[in-house]
Amino acid sequence: MDFNVIWYIIVGVLLMGYAILDGFDLGVGALHLFSKGDHNRRILLNSIGPVWDGNEVWLITAGGALFAAFPEVYATAFSGFYLPFMLLLIALIFRAVSIEFRSKEENKRWRKGWDIGFSVGSIIAAMLFGIAIGNIIIGMQLNSERIYSGSFLDLITPYTLLTGVFNVVMFAMHGAIYLTIKTKGELQTQVKKWAYRAYTLFVILFIPLTGLTLLQKPEMIANFSFGNVELPGAKHELILDHQFAISIFAWLVVVLNILSIMNIPRMLSKEKYIGAFISSACTIGALIMLFALGIFPNMIISSIDPANNLDIYNGSSSNYTLRTMFFVAIWGMPFVIGYTTLIYWTYRGKTELNDSSY
Amino acid sequence: MFSDVEFLSRLQFAFTIMFHYIFPPFSIGVGLLLVIFESKYVITRKKVYENITRFWIKIFAANFSVGVASGIVMEFEFGTNWAQYSRFVGDVFGSPLAAEGIFAFFLESGFLAILLFGWNRVKPGVHLFSTIMVALGSMMSAFWIVVANSWQQTPVAYELVEFNGHMRAVITDFWGMVFNPSAMVRFGHVLVGAFIQGSFLVISVSAYYLLKNKYVDFARKSFSIALFIATIASISQLFLGHEHGKVVAEYQPAKLAAYEGLYETQTNAPLYIIGYTDPETKSTYGIKIPGMLSFLVHGDTNAEVTGLNAIPEKDWPPAAMVFQSYHIMVALGMFFIALTLFSWFLYFRNKLFSSRIMLRIFMFSVALPVIANQLGWVSAERGRQPWIVTGLLRTSEGLSKSVTAEEVIISLILFILVYILLFFVWLYVLDKEIKHGPTDENSPEAGYQSEEDFAETISKF
Ligand code: HDD
Ligand code: HEM
Ligand code: HEM
Repeated sequence: MDFNVIWYIIVGVLLMGYAILDGFDLGVGALHLFSKGDHNRRILLNSIGPVWDGNEVWLITAGGALFAAFPEVYATAFSGFYLPFMLLLIALIFRAVSIEFRSKEENKRWRKGWDIGFSVGSIIAAMLFGIAIGNIIIGMQLNSERIYSGSFLDLITPYTLLTGVFNVVMFAMHGAIYLTIKTKGELQTQVKKWAYRAYTLFVILFIPLTGLTLLQKPEMIANFSFGNVELPGAKHELILDHQFAISIFAWLVVVLNILSIMNIPRMLSKEKYIGAFISSACTIGALIMLFALGIFPNMIISSIDPANNLDIYNGSSSNYTLRTMFFVAIWGMPFVIGYTTLIYWTYRGKTELNDSSY
Repeated sequence: MFSDVEFLSRLQFAFTIMFHYIFPPFSIGVGLLLVIFESKYVITRKKVYENITRFWIKIFAANFSVGVASGIVMEFEFGTNWAQYSRFVGDVFGSPLAAEGIFAFFLESGFLAILLFGWNRVKPGVHLFSTIMVALGSMMSAFWIVVANSWQQTPVAYELVEFNGHMRAVITDFWGMVFNPSAMVRFGHVLVGAFIQGSFLVISVSAYYLLKNKYVDFARKSFSIALFIATIASISQLFLGHEHGKVVAEYQPAKLAAYEGLYETQTNAPLYIIGYTDPETKSTYGIKIPGMLSFLVHGDTNAEVTGLNAIPEKDWPPAAMVFQSYHIMVALGMFFIALTLFSWFLYFRNKLFSSRIMLRIFMFSVALPVIANQLGWVSAERGRQPWIVTGLLRTSEGLSKSVTAEEVIISLILFILVYILLFFVWLYVLDKEIKHGPTDENSPEAGYQSEEDFAETISKF
């Protein structure tokens, strides 16, 4: 395994961390407007209050890691998604400041305004992440310089809109499940209802979306196929050499995905909320792994010509940098895990309001 | 102009980075003061220091959230607007950015949660530790971003390699890149600039309370501590700035020549106290000290300083503008030294807190370090033009090829609207917190999270 593959995995892990962690607070945001009354809304906000910033750092670090390890991918993806990306930034800005500013005034209209900023910001951000993933699955118009040559509207298709909506629903489900851990009493009954509803919607979307993806992009399962499905463009030698083991692994992830999806309602009905949360985290993690296995070794697929694909070699930094940064990352990871554990440990248990709450 | 992607992208970058740079220096500076205030509280256990600490935590939080929100924009703007630049420098520049995330932002965000919400949840010692970690984290994030910026000012430890049909810079020595010639002086100068900005905020608010005759004990204590920091920082800034200038002279002679409007390479080069320069006629007017520039740069009034004539005209920075931004920054730096030293003179004669004029000056001075910090960056960044990476890549070559002028206009307008809104909300919230003042009444004790609560959660699992 070379450092390019390792960095593909590291970036993948960072994105997975981001999707799982910020996923639930974007989800809480998406549900925010459904909750009634100032007290309930404050509970919702404060349930993510101490952790949302740390969660977002996963995105920032994933961005930094992508820049360091795969600058060509960073440059092509972000300039290619220019307008959606700008919208995403604005959405994230509103989300961040709404959390802080909402509590600064008693005034109803003030609070309502920031409630909307928080919730709409979260929904748009979740939607845009889904749209981005959809575009990467379906392929973007990369020209021979490996630069995006399409327009804004080419990025918005029925398929990518569907992946966008799917992501919102998935995060909302994840967020509602998180809230079942953090709330009690009537509010808990209510968020549990949301969790079931979002779950139902999630399953309803999941099945046709998987079908549609395989129909349009059968090569997504090339790496799962024990060598039976060909990729346009070359397969990675790692896959060729370990055809069998990797296919088995990929199918294990599929099984994990299905089991964890089925486990969610089981845990909810047994009131094992942490178990339900772990299941939905596994669901998200498995989906990202499937996506990563599906496109590997490519990072952005060209819909014009497979020769224009950006992969982990023609998109990467030099070997020296990949190696140096690998050691930096190895050094840093224990700290990152330490801080993350620290916050979640300190703020474990039900959310209570006190004088330093939002 | 408005159909030119380069112009628009530069405008957008300048606008978003300058907006971002309003907030981090406050966070870094107030962060340092929070550490001092809270240490005093933990050591003396006096209620007044608790009030001071808790009040400034609230201000810190409001500031921090806008800093975070505008920082995320910066992290991604290299890719969105400067894609060719990102391809060119990614191998070098990406590393400090990634390191910033791994080492600084995680640290900061983890302990921030305890700093903001943990007052009743953790023991005072643990809380103090978190405050220290947050302050350290914000300085570390400044370190890594300044390293990245410094490399593009004074690139070293790289080689140029062709890749995918274009050139790019590739690191040959990681630590050589990190400690590039301007990194440490710039970091020191940036950090101290932030201390000045943060302490002036604390002083300003304290002066306001003293003028209103409210929370007098609170205000005097905050004022004195902040004044102490402001004084040391202002004096250090002169020396750090001087060192910084020498590095500029050595590695970016065109920039230094533009700062001083020096068109001819000459010995006994003058330093302007105030003035203006006109690159069209290649002349500079104003009050000058002959030989002073030679002396500052080389320690000898007869030493030779490179003028703009040694550089092809197409590589000149916009001299008229950086001359002013640089001189105003230096003038403000001198003013801070004078103001803080004079305040101590009054302080020891017990006249400082009764002088309404001084208090009023301090109340309004809060804007000045912000201006000095902004102008410092304008000098450094405009002075580097037309290069985006000194001597290697021009700003015009760093643009994104797939982004159109219409797209940048849309995003620019969006940013302007959103940032104006944010800025006023931020001011409003700050104003409200300040008018509200530190609360004295005993806050309801939320107490430690009970063990039973936790056991209950675990048992559900
Ligand atoms: C409160 C803030 C503040 C104050 C009072 C000063 N500076 Fe400054 N200066 C900065 C804040 C700053 C900064 C924001 O930190 C800059 C911008 C970019 C950088 O590297 O630091 C800067 C840049 C900067 C540069 C440009 C470096 C470059 O182009 O790479 C020089 C030569 C100086 N400063 C010198 C001085 C001198 C001689 C001062 C006299 C007292 C001074 N500064 C006061
Ligand atoms: C183009 C350059 C810059 C980029 C890409 C950038 C990136 C960021 C990002 C992503 C954040 C949010 C971090 C979080 O979520 O916790 C942030 C905040 C911060 N940045 Fe910047 N930044 C830039 C310039 C600077 C400079 C020049 C400094 C200081 C000298 C600085 C110091 C900080 C600090 C201390 C914070 C913490 C938040 C705050 O205090 O407001 N940044 N920056
Ligand atoms: C790190 C990568 C950076 C890049 C690629 C970069 C690039 C640029 C570019 C292209 C401009 C427009 C120049 C012009 O219009 O003349 C600019 C301006 C500016 N940048 Fe940077 N910069 C970087 C870092 C920073 C940092 C860390 C700061 C500090 C906060 C900063 C502060 C500024 C300021 C204040 C301006 C406005 C100068 C003007 O008036 O044009 N930059 N930068």
